[in-house]
Parts: sequence; structure tokens; C-alpha cells
Amino acid sequence: MTLTDKINRTARKVPSWPIYVAGTLPLLWLVFLLFTGGLGVDPVKSLEHRLGEIGLQFLVASLAVTPLCRYARLNLIKFRRAIGLLAFYYVLLHVLVWLLLDMQLIWSEILKDLYKRPYIFIGMVGFLALIPLALTSNDYSIKKMGAAAWRKLHKLAYLAGIAGALHYMMLVKAWPIEPILYCAAVAALLLIRAEWSLQRRLAAAAQAAQ
Amino acid sequence: MAKVSNRLRWSDVTPKSDYLNRRDLIAGAGAVAVGAIAGPAMAAKLDHTKSAYSTDAQPNTFEQITNYNNFYEFGTGKDDPAKHAHRLTTKPWSVEIGGLVDKPGNYDLDDLLNGIALEERIYRFRCVEAWSMVIPWIGFELKALLDKVGVNPSAKYVSFETLVRPDEMVGQNYPLLDWPYVEGLRLDEAMHPLTIMATGLYGEEMPNQNGAPIRLVVPWKYGFKSIKSVVKIELTESEPPATWNIQNPREYGFYSNVNPKVDHPRWSQATERVIGQGLLARRRPTLMFNGYADEVADLYAGMDLTTNY
Repeated sequence: MTLTDKINRTARKVPSWPIYVAGTLPLLWLVFLLFTGGLGVDPVKSLEHRLGEIGLQFLVASLAVTPLCRYARLNLIKFRRAIGLLAFYYVLLHVLVWLLLDMQLIWSEILKDLYKRPYIFIGMVGFLALIPLALTSNDYSIKKMGAAAWRKLHKLAYLAGIAGALHYMMLVKAWPIEPILYCAAVAALLLIRAEWSLQRRLAAAAQAAQ
Repeated sequence: MAKVSNRLRWSDVTPKSDYLNRRDLIAGAGAVAVGAIAGPAMAAKLDHTKSAYSTDAQPNTFEQITNYNNFYEFGTGKDDPAKHAHRLTTKPWSVEIGGLVDKPGNYDLDDLLNGIALEERIYRFRCVEAWSMVIPWIGFELKALLDKVGVNPSAKYVSFETLVRPDEMVGQNYPLLDWPYVEGLRLDEAMHPLTIMATGLYGEEMPNQNGAPIRLVVPWKYGFKSIKSVVKIELTESEPPATWNIQNPREYGFYSNVNPKVDHPRWSQATERVIGQGLLARRRPTLMFNGYADEVADLYAGMDLTTNY
């Protein structure tokens, strides 16, 4: 039995709630650091940036589930909902820290930033794209919407991934390596899907021609 | 070896009478200071006087000032300089002074500082990233240095250059910026009494992460203008290049004066977060020229600061 088989077999037995528990650990760690001075000299920025980065990490992880299944035969699809919801929760906290602690609800500045600053606008687009996904990440919604419509809606995750990576890239000065890596990861995960889509179309066209 | 023997000393550029007088002064000051320099940190303590140019604002703590730095030579994280700057060796250190000056040369820093009276300048410090601190620098007016080397009448600008030493400055192993870091000032800005070369803070020698052993401080401009770990100063006739201006001319102008009305293309400069005031501290409105308008606004009379940002 290969390692992949072992992981798949274990994954089938493990429920998904431990993902939520594990996914909360980074938050607890941040809260601990916050109250022990571990977030450094500028805790607001540090908290804001770390929440955003963890959100982006979960988002990238959720986008990696399907390619992992198809290429590595690693089936983690039953955990995808938990990973996606965790991404949403961290991004939500990131937005709340920005609004409450960083911008301190100075709405004139917030609104001006939203329309004048492309990186904030793009970040907000990513956050808004995650809201319908979070709201429909339950069995009831899938049943009610029908699998096809649900799947279509959840393609918004691609938009959120692009927006999140670009948002990070656009807010830094110069070209540090981390945002470049996130952009590359999102680009790779979406290009894989573009390739699948192309193949499907070619196959369909070939069939129609016969 | 030839390099060392050619090195000019301050005794070469200082009139003999001043030079001798200063020796008396230093001897006198030394006798007074003996009582004050006991304790473990005595090697790093710098004698200094207070200055009327200092702000009354409460300075940030030493801990904050030395653990929140933009010094990309040591990495892009705010805590990277504190982690990596200990590798930098600052002794010996020499500063090459050249261009349109009467006495160009490669000066040993100790000679350069010998006899220069240090002052404490408690300045507001506003970063282009919209945060601010208050820092008790120890330093001296750049004008004093320029007067000593003699500025030619044709000089209009001063350019500065940071050390390049990738084995000690680990960030320089990556092409994040076009190394060496360079900056420049117009001559009248450089000669302004608020413009200092700082060699310390909190009464002690400059910590490496803050730009040891000698750095520029221009309190009415965004922090990146205040170039660190300076090894070269040159007087020029034309506007010298500036690192962030080269990196992104649309976002970082040559002047880079603190101006709440001219936003950075990607963020507002109207307000700032004051570092060290806790989680719930209010943002504060940013002041024109970082609050130094009374002293420096004249330098820019008649200039459109929206285009000359």
C-alpha cells in the first residue's frame, strides 16, 4: 500500500471536525501573542497582516484539494468545506481588524480608500466573493441549489484566490518573495483548471465532429 | 596600505588654532564627564547637550525604536534588522567625501567625529507607510560637516550612499532594491539646521539596526530619505539619484516631504498610526512637513508640492 493509499484510507475514517479545531489553533496562538507582547512593536499591523496571510493560506489550500485529488490521487475533498470556511473566518477577522483597529471606523477614510486604493478595492472584492461561498457551505444549500448551480457559484473561489494574492502583491513595497509565491501558487492552481477545461472542450468538440 | 596612509585626518582640515582650542575644551569636558560614565554601558555612552530643536513629545521606547525598522539591507520584515544587523561590523568605518568640495578624501569616522559636539535631537519620525514614532537621536548638524570640507559654490545637491557588504547585510543578497541604497538632498535642505547626521540614540551609540554608525536624519521628510550606514557623501551640481525614486518614481518623489494632502498612490497620507500607543490608540492627523512647517516651509516657497512630491 502506497503512502497516498494510507492517507486516503485514514482520511475516510477521520471526521472533518478536527480540521476546524486545528484551524483555530493559529488564531489562539495570535491571541496569545497579542496579550503577551509577542506581536511586536506594532501589534495592530502584525495582527492584521497575519490574519490575512493565514486566510490566504487556507484559500490556497482549498484550491489545491481538487488538483491533489486528480494528480496525486490524494482524496481530501471531504475536508474542503472546512478549509474553505476557515479561509473565510480568517479573512473576515482580517477585515474586522482593518475596520476596527486600523481604520478605527473612520468611514470617510475607509470609503475613500475603497475607491481610491486598488489594493483595498481588490481585497474587498475577494472578501465579498467569499461571503456567498461561506453562506452556502452546507448540505442544505447544495440540495436546495442543485449540485450544478452550487458548483458554478463556488467557482467564485477562483476570483477570491486571485483577489487575495493580488491584494498582497499590491500592498508591499518593492518585490519581496512571499506575495510572489502566493501569486504563483494561485496562478498554478487556476492554470491547471484552465487546462482541464480546455481538454474537456476539445473532447466535446471531437465527439460532436464524429 | 596605501589607502590607509592617504587617509585625511580632521587635523588636515581644521584650522590649527581651533584644533588646539578644542583640545583644551575636550580635556575640560572629560574631567567633568568622568563621574557620569560609570556603569556597564559606558563604552557606548555619548556625551551630548540638549537642543531647542527637540520636540516635547514623549519619545518611543528604546525597545520600540530598535525592533521596528525598515532597513531592507537586513530583510523586509520590520523585525529583520533587529535579528540580522548584529552581523554588521562598524569599526573601522570610513566615509568618502567627494565631488564639489575643497577637501575631498576618505575620512576615518573617528577622525570625522573628533571634536564635533553632539546634541540630542528628539524628532518626530514619519514613515511613508503612515506610521510614526518619536526618536531621541544623538547627532550633529550636517552643515557642520559640509562646512568643514568646504562646499564649492557650484554645488547644488548632496548625495549619500549606504555600505554594500552582502556577507554582513544579508538582504543585499537579493535584488530587492538597486544596491547600494542612495539618497540625496538639495543643498539648502542639507544645510538646514534640522538636518542632522545621527551617530546614536537614547544617549548611546547607534544600534546597528538603526543605521550604525552614522546616518542621515531629515525630520520633515518621509523616513526613507534618512539614509542609514552612510559610507559616501558627494556634492553635485545635478539632482542625484534616490533609491525609492528609482524603484518607483510614481510613488516616491525626490523630495518626499511629509504632506498629508498628497497621498501615496496606494494609500492615504492624511493620518498616521503612532507606534507604541497600544491596540486601541487613535490615528492622528499627519502634519504638513511632519510638524516642521515653521522651520522648513520657506525652502519650498513657490513650488507645487503636488508635482514635486
